[in-house]
Amino acid sequence: MMVSSGISALDALTGGLPRGCLTEICGPASSGRTTVLLAALAAATRRGEFCAVVDASDTLDPHSAAAAGVELDRLLWVRCGEDSPWRRPSTPLRACPEPAEGAGFDTEKKFFSVNQSSEDRFGPRDTKHPSEQRLEQVLLATDLLLESGGFGLIALDLGDLPPQAARRIPLTTWFRFRRVIEHTPTILLAIEPQAIAGSCSSLLLQLGSGNPMLPADGSAAKRRKNAAHGVSRGVVVGDDEAPEGRKKIFISKQSDIDPQNTEPAHAQLLTELEIIVELIRSRIERKPVRSVTFATKTAWAG
Amino acid sequence: MPFACIYVPNFPVAAALRAEPELQSRPVAMVEGRPPLETIHAVNEKASRMGIAPGMTKSQAELCAELALRPRLPLQESATHAALLDCAQSFSPCVEDTACDTVLLDLTGLESLFGSLPEISRAISNRAAALRLAANVAIASNPDTAVLAARGLCDAGLCGAGTLARVGVSVIPAGKEAEWLGTLPVEVLFAERLEGDQKKEADRLLETLHIWGIRNLRALAALPEVALSERLGQEGLRLQQLARGAASRTLVPVEVPLAFEEAIELEYPIVLLEPLAFLLNRLLEQLCARLAAHALATQELRLTLELEKAPGFKQPSVINHQPSLLQSSIENRQSKICFARTLHLPLPMLDAKIFLKLLQLDLNAHPPGAPIVKIHLAAEPSRLRSAQGGLFLPPSPEPEKLELTLARITGLVGGNKVGAPELLDTHRPEGFRMRRFVAETTKKKEHAETHAAEEQSAVTALRRFRPPLRANVILENGQPARLVCPKKKEIQGHVLWKAGPWRFSSHWWEREAWSRNEWDIALKNDALQNGETIALYRLVHDLLGGGWFVEGTYD
Repeated sequence: MMVSSGISALDALTGGLPRGCLTEICGPASSGRTTVLLAALAAATRRGEFCAVVDASDTLDPHSAAAAGVELDRLLWVRCGEDSPWRRPSTPLRACPEPAEGAGFDTEKKFFSVNQSSEDRFGPRDTKHPSEQRLEQVLLATDLLLESGGFGLIALDLGDLPPQAARRIPLTTWFRFRRVIEHTPTILLAIEPQAIAGSCSSLLLQLGSGNPMLPADGSAAKRRKNAAHGVSRGVVVGDDEAPEGRKKIFISKQSDIDPQNTEPAHAQLLTELEIIVELIRSRIERKPVRSVTFATKTAWAG
Repeated sequence: MPFACIYVPNFPVAAALRAEPELQSRPVAMVEGRPPLETIHAVNEKASRMGIAPGMTKSQAELCAELALRPRLPLQESATHAALLDCAQSFSPCVEDTACDTVLLDLTGLESLFGSLPEISRAISNRAAALRLAANVAIASNPDTAVLAARGLCDAGLCGAGTLARVGVSVIPAGKEAEWLGTLPVEVLFAERLEGDQKKEADRLLETLHIWGIRNLRALAALPEVALSERLGQEGLRLQQLARGAASRTLVPVEVPLAFEEAIELEYPIVLLEPLAFLLNRLLEQLCARLAAHALATQELRLTLELEKAPGFKQPSVINHQPSLLQSSIENRQSKICFARTLHLPLPMLDAKIFLKLLQLDLNAHPPGAPIVKIHLAAEPSRLRSAQGGLFLPPSPEPEKLELTLARITGLVGGNKVGAPELLDTHRPEGFRMRRFVAETTKKKEHAETHAAEEQSAVTALRRFRPPLRANVILENGQPARLVCPKKKEIQGHVLWKAGPWRFSSHWWEREAWSRNEWDIALKNDALQNGETIALYRLVHDLLGGGWFVEGTYD
């Protein structure tokens, strides 16, 4: 079953987001991943569902989420970090520190001193790399949320993790996640710099920035040319220069731009950030690879 | 008007066995008094057969190796008494608290609810057994007869003089009170614990009856009333009325404040959290059973652990995250250290397993720091929650499962890192706080422009860096031209486009004043080779501190 992603152009491209499946949204920084994520969260909370975001790098901005229409009281935010109190339970948990040999109740040995550091009392912290710690927290938290059930959308935000750290997630983990949400109404959304779930994801979207001033891929040069010759308004269907088998739907709400002036006014820079979404793989409906572009608007602080 | 009496024989021992059921098969004796003058206060049947009797010294009793000695705990006995009252109040609203081991119920009008009188008596006995109370239940047409029957009769037959009463159920038909009570010993009339002059008077009366050869209630009932009153006075007449089962009085119902508390004192200190969990499970089951008897749930659990104080142990100022609770404990009990944790639940719940898991997770995150010698658990009662289900409602997490999940995730990432964000009424950057996430299925907010909302274009989102990344910025004509972010290599390069500055400032009248200029910039990173070299950032110049920071990226 497909549900709206909150962006009509995206829904037209993919049919929506599939329930009970893993969807990957990949792209570099400033490609629009977080915008798509917040739109999906807004759509889910509008439907009355509860959502969860497992934020690996603690980057979610509640003000952006509220501006996007997310109902914050229906959003569970898990902020992963490097100062986690969790330690691997290697020994039985104790109500108090284990006494040193022969110490007994000798107070000189600081047996029951509460001034001891937590490492002295309960063992050393994990000495992993910070990104590994975050990843561990993300995977454990996602496991717990999937087991708990009842959420309409669970998002894993791995967007700011180094790609090499994100690639360390074993495929078996993604298989497990997919198996858990199968036949449930939960949407599992993964935001990543690159696709890492392989065949476990049912829908894979590649995002890139289509802003004429921000060349993200080979099509940007063509856009600059279009901008120089005047802005196309409305819908253009079909593109002679598009590779075979690809269909692009170009929707723009761009206002007048002086084609001779490539330096935009500051109010226009982020008001019409264009995002190109390319459908890489969809197991839900067998469609050829195609892409869509849509524009965003800036939420001005009130 | 039938009345029921619930009597717990050998109450101090019963209270100890309720807390430690594994002692049922062993001889048990309760000890009271200050060392070294401790004496045996009460014994169970097995200990009595071994020759242990009340009044013996502790050292004499310790000669018996199999004997389990336990101190009398007022808190334990009051918890048992509270359980007894809960059992009675689950059947009738009119309950009299006759003694610590005896309660009376008015059963008027309850036959249509619970069935016949024998069925009611069995139901009361079963409910008492569920609360781990070995109780005698007797039903009669007047309260005093019910009390005498509960204290003296049992299922197997009438108990002879000198034997301990056994657990049983008795229903005395109306008009046959004298016949049923006739074989009971006269000592049953003096079973109440009296002190001082009242005890002396009772002893005198009992001695007089023994001198006259009156051994049972039938003999006392047969005495002439006039002669009895001349020799024993009004008290003698009262005793005769009781023996005949003809006494009549009204109940004095007691309004008991609902206090759901359980406690246990340990023989030896506990160091590991696993045996602590075992004991907590037992206490939680008893609490939940008592709450269920009142059709109540709980939204707050308070756990207080008394810690062992080692010689020379220095009292810390703070052991846990609740210094106020700890401080009050230190003030009141100078020689004891208490560790308190309070579990606040988002919704009323009544599941002992969930509570145990939540307490375990909390203690894992906040261990007491010293061995535990006493455990006290209290629950704040609240009404059971009711929810109207629906076929077409969107899915929502189960509250109990969700609470457990949130506790586990909190143990992973930390206390203030899980929840729902709530925006604050301020323009300060990061003006939000984390509040508790509650999956309450409320009415969906009405969107005035539902169709327009669905059709709206996406809003550009900001991804924040926490904390903001310090940047070294080179200015040209007062505007940023190049920046380098030492902590993040990909944020460095020439500023291709910029918009700003936007000035934000506030709280200039307070110490927490802030003032900043914000720039939106497009940065080209020369260091990256993958082709995606341009990204959008928010650059902030702190006008008060003077530093430049990259606050986030537009994505």
